[in-house]
Amino acid sequence: MLAAAAAGLLLLGISLAFYWVPNAPVEGFRQRIFYIHVPVALTAYACFFWAAWKALRLLWTRDQRYDLESYTAVHMGVIFGVLTLVTGSIWARTSWGVWWTWSERQLVLFLVLFLFYSAYFMLRYSVDPGPRRASMSAVYALFGVVLIPVSFLAIRLAEGLIHPVVFTHDVGDKLSTSQLVTFGVCFAGTLALAGALYVNELTGKRLDERLSELREALS
Amino acid sequence: MTSAERYVTAAYLVVLAVVLAYVVIYAFKLSRLEREVGELAELARRKKEEVA
Repeated sequence: MLAAAAAGLLLLGISLAFYWVPNAPVEGFRQRIFYIHVPVALTAYACFFWAAWKALRLLWTRDQRYDLESYTAVHMGVIFGVLTLVTGSIWARTSWGVWWTWSERQLVLFLVLFLFYSAYFMLRYSVDPGPRRASMSAVYALFGVVLIPVSFLAIRLAEGLIHPVVFTHDVGDKLSTSQLVTFGVCFAGTLALAGALYVNELTGKRLDERLSELREALS
Repeated sequence: MTSAERYVTAAYLVVLAVVLAYVVIYAFKLSRLEREVGELAELARRKKEEVA
């Protein structure tokens, strides 16, 4: 159901982005990367928030099933993080003429966030499975979520102002209705895609765990 | 095709490629799980025969 919704919404969103939304006044045609780059970035943040929420539930209730849910959400967040970095890099190349710039703190902060969550896997697999590993992973996932508001606000607080700010109160920079609708459809599509991947991945990981238990019981 | 059109298309194709790569990896995982379930079913059948 989620996968079908994701496919439908993304197809609709991409069609709207290419055939309905007019060219942006300054950015022109290349502004259309916005409709995939920003939803993917926000979805990555949503996955990390979901991971932190599950981590908090684990620490609160000590119910070990939240460990796998938090881990899966981090896994999805990292996939969407890779997509954010790659699509952002392509946008940077076509808008600024470079693939990456270290002078923009919001780019660097997103990279720090991405590397922080990538290191989660190293931490997780350096500890034997069990409650200790679950608690350590949960605490790490909770620490990471602190970086998200910093990364999000950096786009607004940055002094360089190369990176565009899209959701603003300035009338000149506001999105038009067609841009907002297209963005909304694409964002709903990426969220549904993340949800579908999350459910599939979680089912696979649970199945893996149960098969290991069954193997131990039979041997 | 202009340079901007090429870059925009590339950005969308990258997302599609990553999703497809994920589906392929997941297909491999599913076939591994299917094989393991088969092995466990075989193991369970042998255990049952031993008991009988």
